[in-house]
Parts: sequence; C-alpha cells; structure tokens
Amino acid sequence: MTALVIRRVIRLVVVLAGVSLVTFAILQVSGDPVALMMPEAPESDRAVLRETMGFNEPLPVQFVKFLGSTARGDFGNSFFHRAPAMPLVLERMPTTLLLTSLALLIAVVVAVPVGIYSAVRRGSLVDQTATLAVFLGQSMPVFWTGIMLILLFAVQWRLLPVSGWDSWAALVLPAITLGTFSAPLFLRIVRSSMLEVIGLDYVRTARAKGVSEWFVICRHALVNAALPLVTVIGLQFGLLLGGAIVTETVFAVPGVGRLIVGAIRQLDFPIVQAAVFLFASIIVLVNFTVDLLYLYLNPQIRVR
Amino acid sequence: MAVGTLAPPDVAAAQAREPVAERSRVWRKFVRNPAAITGALILLVVVGAAVAAPWVAPHSPARQSLIRRFTPPVWAAGGHSAHWLGTDQVGRDILSRIIHGARISLIVGVAAVAVSLVVGVALGLLSGFVGGRVDVVVMTVVDVTLSFPQLLLALAFVAALGPSMVTIIVVLGLTGWERYARVVRAEVLALREKDFVEAARAMGVTSTRIVMRHVLPNTFSSIIVMSTLQVAQAILQEAALSFLGVGSGTAYPTWGQMIALGRDFVSIAWWLPTFPGLAILATVLAINLVGDRLRDALDPRVT
Repeated sequence: MTALVIRRVIRLVVVLAGVSLVTFAILQVSGDPVALMMPEAPESDRAVLRETMGFNEPLPVQFVKFLGSTARGDFGNSFFHRAPAMPLVLERMPTTLLLTSLALLIAVVVAVPVGIYSAVRRGSLVDQTATLAVFLGQSMPVFWTGIMLILLFAVQWRLLPVSGWDSWAALVLPAITLGTFSAPLFLRIVRSSMLEVIGLDYVRTARAKGVSEWFVICRHALVNAALPLVTVIGLQFGLLLGGAIVTETVFAVPGVGRLIVGAIRQLDFPIVQAAVFLFASIIVLVNFTVDLLYLYLNPQIRVR
Repeated sequence: MAVGTLAPPDVAAAQAREPVAERSRVWRKFVRNPAAITGALILLVVVGAAVAAPWVAPHSPARQSLIRRFTPPVWAAGGHSAHWLGTDQVGRDILSRIIHGARISLIVGVAAVAVSLVVGVALGLLSGFVGGRVDVVVMTVVDVTLSFPQLLLALAFVAALGPSMVTIIVVLGLTGWERYARVVRAEVLALREKDFVEAARAMGVTSTRIVMRHVLPNTFSSIIVMSTLQVAQAILQEAALSFLGVGSGTAYPTWGQMIALGRDFVSIAWWLPTFPGLAILATVLAINLVGDRLRDALDPRVT
C-alpha cells in the first residue's frame, strides 16, 4: 500500500513537470512575445526587453527558470491588465468552482436515481427515454444548450435572467447547462455498472434471503456501482472545466473561463498560461485523489 | 505449401469464406437497427450537402441584403419563401450558410481524427513493442495530455499559432491521440505473449510483418468504433472553438460562429442560433448512433 502511494506521488511530480513544459510551450510557439508586450516600441527597445526578460537565453535555461517561477506561482504580468497574472486568475476561481460544483451536483442528483431505475427496470419506458436522452445530451454542443435555455426561460417565459452572476436566480441556467453536459455520461455509467452488479450471485443471494428490493439495490448493488462513477467523475473533471469555459462565455459569468476567452482574444499569454497551468494542476490533483480513494475503496488492494 | 494440400478441401474453402461470412454478419447486425439506419441516412444528407454545397444551397452564403435582415423562417409570421430558415442580422440566408458550414465541420472532424489515429497508433506500437524506457516516456506523455481540458489546450495553442483550419486540425489531432495509443499498446502487450506470435518470431518473421499481420488487424474493430465516435467529439470541439472566436480565421461560415453571432440577437431572432445548433446536434447524433451500433455489431459477444 505504501509503495503504491509513493509510486503515485512520483508520477504526480513527473506529470506536473510535463504540464509545466506544455504551458511553457504556449508562449514559445506564439512567435515573438516581446512584440506582443510592446507592439508599438522600436526594435531597439524590444531588444533591451528581450535581454532583461531572458528571451535570448537557450530554451532549456529558459525552461528551468520558468519551472522555478511556476513553483512560486509567478507567471509574469498580464499584458492587458498590467498586474500579476496568477492572482487575476485565482480571484475568479471561486466563481468557476461554484459553477462546476453546482453542475456536478445537478448531474449526480439526476443521473444516479434515473440510472439505477433504468438498470432495475431495464427496457421500461423510463429506461428507453433515458437512453434517448443520453444520446441527445451527448450530441448537443453545451453552448447551444445554454442559448436554448435562455430562449425558453429568459426570453419566452421571463422566469430567469439572461446572463450575469449577481443573484441566485442567475446561477440556475448556467448550472443546469453545465449539468446537462455531464449528466448523460454519469447516467450511462451508473446504468451499466448497476446492470453488471445486479446479475451477480451475491445480489441474487440477498434477494433470495427475502431482503427488500430497494435495500438490496442500495446496500449491495449501489455501493459497488459507485466505484466506476467516482473514477469517471475524476476523469471527467477536465471536460467539465472545458465546458465551464464555454458556459461562462454564454452567460457572461465572471469566472476564469471568461477571463481566459478574453485573454485569448487579446493574446494576453501570461493569463492564458496561468489559467492553463492552474486548471491542469487541479485535474492532476483530482485524479491523484481519486487514485488514492480508489486504492482505499478497493478491498483487494487495501489489505495488501 | 505441401501441408495445405493435405487439408480436406472443404475446410480450406470454409476458411476462405470466413471473412465474408463475418462481414455479412456485422452488416446484418448493423442494418437490423432502425436508429443506426436513421443515423446513416442523416449522415448521408450532411455529407451530400457538404460536397455539393455550392449547387444545393439556394443562395450564396455571403450575400447580404439589408432589406431582408432578420426575416423569420418561412412558416412564421413575416417569413419569406426564398429563405426557408430565415436570414441573419445582415440578411444572409441561414439555410445556405448551414449547408456551407457542413464543409468545415466535416473536414475538421475527419482530418483531426486522422491525425490522432496516425500519431496514436504509431506511439502505441512503439510503446508496446520497444517497452522499457520508451514505454514509460510515451505513457507519461499520455498522462500529461490527459491532464489538460482538451478545449483549453486547443484554445491556447490555436491562439498562439494563429487561427487557421490547419492549426485547428493539428491541435485537435494532437490532443486526442492518447486513446488510440492505449488501445494499440494494450493489444501489443496482450499479443506479445501469445504462442502464435512467438512462433512467428521464432520462424524469423520480422516485427513489421507481425504488426501488419497480427497486431493491427486485431485492433481494427475498436479503432473503427473509436474513430467514429471521435469524429463526433472533434466536430463538437471545432464548433466550440469557432463559438469562442478562434475559428478557421476565414470568412467562410461555420456552425459555431453562426451560433456565436446568433447569441447576441437571441431575444429578437430565435432562429439565428437555433438552426445551426440543430445542424450540429443532428450531425453529431447521427455519428454517435452509427458508432454505437458499429460497436455492438463488431463485438462478437453481443448478438
């Protein structure tokens, strides 16, 4: 068990180094960063800045320096806001985390009961409708779903605000939009893992003992079906953050996603790099936690 | 081939027939499913529209008409029979723009998957066959790639390299190859230990030939299924990139960009964002239905 944990930690460090390398590459492939920083300056001024910022040094040297400043959370100043990039990103992080947590909650609350019911009553009307909904949900672009919800709830029925983030009512549509993005996959996973477990001997034994149907489902089947769901939520987290970028743009939510999209239009690379690195680190850490959780939840590994 | 002649002729004939029988079994399983047929038909229409866009589109996608701005669809009050799905804020015909937009979606979707396929299969083979350090490096690269939200990475690199269709294809391709690498690698590792591969190796068969004859054919069905579903994902990703404003960098209409423009007029002209989205939904749904059915049809365990 300890050896396994140590191996996971080593992998964590290696992957984080790889993540920094990719983040480093973003600015390198953009051509001349100095030209972006001072678009109107004469070439002589640019040369001075290039020298002071270390852009003339060999790439490996630049990368080692970049690793050092990355470890301190220093991604330089935003070209546009003229302020350190990382704090600007972190400032907007709570909004994005609130949005993704609400979406995750909605997705799980919808997907788990419907998935269980679909598996238990396989072939029923609910199951067929759910299967159709899964296909539709997985084929809809998330930004379009958002706009259609705006059309119905904000324009047609005037129940909820079109955009913004200043009231609880404003959170509803973005959270539902991002929730519909994850729910189909969760539903499919819950349904298929429940189907796998339901036919197994120990579930049949429990039934034969005369234990009530719903107790069998919750106590015996669901506990085992939960493991794949936890793994998928971890793996899916990157997709969810990607979906958050789009959702924030549709609803003008003042989160990291909207900051990134703005920064990309202005070619403000320190912000882009800081956000890319932060998102990737979060995903790496979430997966690391899921890995450890998996080690703990799986009795076959735990006893070793 | 002296041994071959000793086998009873009917057995040899049966073996020769086998691939054909296999193919027709897959085909029968596929066509029995109405959802898959619907998907295939929708796909046929979309591909046809993309190929023949200049001839089937009723108007030029770029032609503006200020007097016909915001014409609603033909069945709504104020609709015009020349513009079935209405016109946008500068009077361009929505249907024609959707038909032309199918080109970008399909080209980017298929080409990005082709890039992923080539890179993924090559690295998967390398990783599985060479093993050792090479394997560790490739698998670490896979882990690193999986650490980024694909959309965010694509956004950052498309912006850094400058938006163009080639950039989008390459970036989406290079962020989606790891599935192929893992499937091919797993297949190589599983086969490496098999007796017939070892026998082939002992007989002096080259690695290239083992790959071509034994490894790749075994991965075909999963690669076909994966590629189909990946095209759907790539189309969604391309649409999201265009929606966020880092599209192909040309004036050629794309579905994502049409939805982005329509977002601003959602309260006065619902048809602007609705129809391009329906086009994406129909195309991606069709591909998913076909891909899902292919998975079942190609899986010998499911009847």
